[in-house]
Amino acid sequence: MTESSHDENIELMTYSEIVEVKGFVGNFDVTIRKKPRYVDLSKCTGCGLCTEKCPTKVPSEWNLDMGLRKSIYKPFGQAVPNVPVIDKEHCLFFTKGRCKICQKLCPAGAVDFEQQEELVTKKFGAIIVATGFTQFDPSVYGEYGAGKFKDVITGLHLERMLDTSGPTGGHVVRPSDQREPKNIVFVQCVGSRDESKGRPYCSRICCMYTAKQAILLKDHYPETQSYIFYIDIRAAGKNYEEFVKRAQQEYGAIYIRGRVSKIYEKGDKLIVRGVDTLAGKQVEIEADLVVLATAVVPQPDAIELAKILNIPYDQYGFYSEAHPKLQPVESVTKGIFLTGSCQFPKDIPDSVATTGAASVRTCGILSKDELILDPKVAFVNSDICSGCLNCVEVCPFNAIESTVVDGKTVAQVIPTLCHGCGNCASTCRTSAANVQGFTDDQIYAQVASVFEILKKENLLELSE
Amino acid sequence: MSYLNSQDIHQFRNRILSISGEDASKCIQCGKCSAGCPISPEMDVQPNQVLRLIQINDPDALLRCSTIWICASCQTCSVRCPEEIDIAKIMDSIRKLALEAKGPLGEENVVKFDEIFLDSIRKRGRVHELELVMKYNLALRQPFKDAHLGPVMFARGKLGFLGHKIKELGKIKEIFQNSKRLLKP
Repeated sequence: MTESSHDENIELMTYSEIVEVKGFVGNFDVTIRKKPRYVDLSKCTGCGLCTEKCPTKVPSEWNLDMGLRKSIYKPFGQAVPNVPVIDKEHCLFFTKGRCKICQKLCPAGAVDFEQQEELVTKKFGAIIVATGFTQFDPSVYGEYGAGKFKDVITGLHLERMLDTSGPTGGHVVRPSDQREPKNIVFVQCVGSRDESKGRPYCSRICCMYTAKQAILLKDHYPETQSYIFYIDIRAAGKNYEEFVKRAQQEYGAIYIRGRVSKIYEKGDKLIVRGVDTLAGKQVEIEADLVVLATAVVPQPDAIELAKILNIPYDQYGFYSEAHPKLQPVESVTKGIFLTGSCQFPKDIPDSVATTGAASVRTCGILSKDELILDPKVAFVNSDICSGCLNCVEVCPFNAIESTVVDGKTVAQVIPTLCHGCGNCASTCRTSAANVQGFTDDQIYAQVASVFEILKKENLLELSE
Repeated sequence: MSYLNSQDIHQFRNRILSISGEDASKCIQCGKCSAGCPISPEMDVQPNQVLRLIQINDPDALLRCSTIWICASCQTCSVRCPEEIDIAKIMDSIRKLALEAKGPLGEENVVKFDEIFLDSIRKRGRVHELELVMKYNLALRQPFKDAHLGPVMFARGKLGFLGHKIKELGKIKEIFQNSKRLLKP
């Protein structure tokens, strides 16, 4: 990340969001809102004194509320750029007009409470979307007690605890009493492979990260015993199967095939009631800590962003690829590419691979002066067009715009956005909109000649 | 050993589908039903195994098992099933098929009890406990089973000599007639 912030060919705009995208492949006009961090990027040296002296403490989102952060803060240690941001909702100056300690102490005079947001519009040839994923909220499973029982956590909580720069300094403890757990139960497929309360798909990454977590736990805490409830083990990658086997054979993780039905508290322990379908019996485990492998879902604003970018998405909010096998990194909208888990759950090797692919496809556009398009696109005959603009409404790709020709308002197709679906042609009342090679007249002519042939071969049966 | 595919492998699954409307093919054998079933430790065939035997067309074990008769119909399985299969309903369908098959039943006594119980309700609108106990004991050929509990229960008003009949008995008879009609395949 640091390398990309220093590369002369990359302009990194952090704490910014896309507001509007106009135009088409090769000529996108993108309006970006640069949100105010109230710290001057050009002056801040990243010394961290402001964060150290800030008096307010707020639950840290990065650490999933397991630790605290200040109102002037960097979300995590390796954040790029190495510059903090002020949280307006909790900063004493913004909420009560007091304090300003950070500004007083900053040796570079970088704190600027007057900073405003900036809107910039720039031209881009292509867009790559890599907005990632978030976790499914497991509290919908009342039977598991997530959100209710303190010691029922998610895999991401465990990751934060295992991180030496995390909220517990790398110590895995029970959130309820900070004691080290001895028996840990992992529950896979929480929210995944579930038609009723969750998502029907498999989230792909959880089997592997759970095995990893079981290995790390045993490695750091040899007295622990991990139990993993699974339905299937998805380990389809290079060395993946061997990795899971190691967790079982070398690190003693017990894999139990069966879904968990209920988790309840008994004293200061948790009882996990599941089943071993291979042994054919119900099982109960007395656990100190329960880790739920929650489903991978798109970001909460994924659909909002899709509408701004004008790219289609599926029923879960994952962005749609142009072809599931042959065009996995291209969105349906030309010039916009997809990588990572915003398209579908992926692990790191897959994310790296799709990013490389998307980048090269982008070069394919940016390296040329002209683009070759499929000729089967729509066009509007402006002489016949009545300017009703119904075609603009029905175009699923926002590929028709209104324009003025000889003082008359007419519709005009943007060929680079058009996919030749023909919605406009079938909607147009005056037959002004047509798809090249498939105009109404051409289709009538085809039908007429088919009837000619049928008549000649006496194959035509007309009803009375 | 007969081959799994000596008959149409979908036969029993289709049968259960037409009776109950539930499709056992949807089951991925996750086991959550068995995991949550309060009676599971006492069952000879686990709930998920019941679904499995339907999937591989092996009805014989199902028609003879204890499971379907000790199932409490609590619906914990149905409510928690991720594929939204109404497993309790499938249990009911197998009970129907087991009775129709007229072969040996996994829990003959449970069936006898259920029949005497329902018969009492059909005749009176409410169960007459004394009649139920006496008829059940007779059916089991154990006339003095639990007899020591009798005096205490009488004393506490739990066991009346005469049964009660409800006012609108006709409605109860209607329910029984309707259920007979609905059970026709």
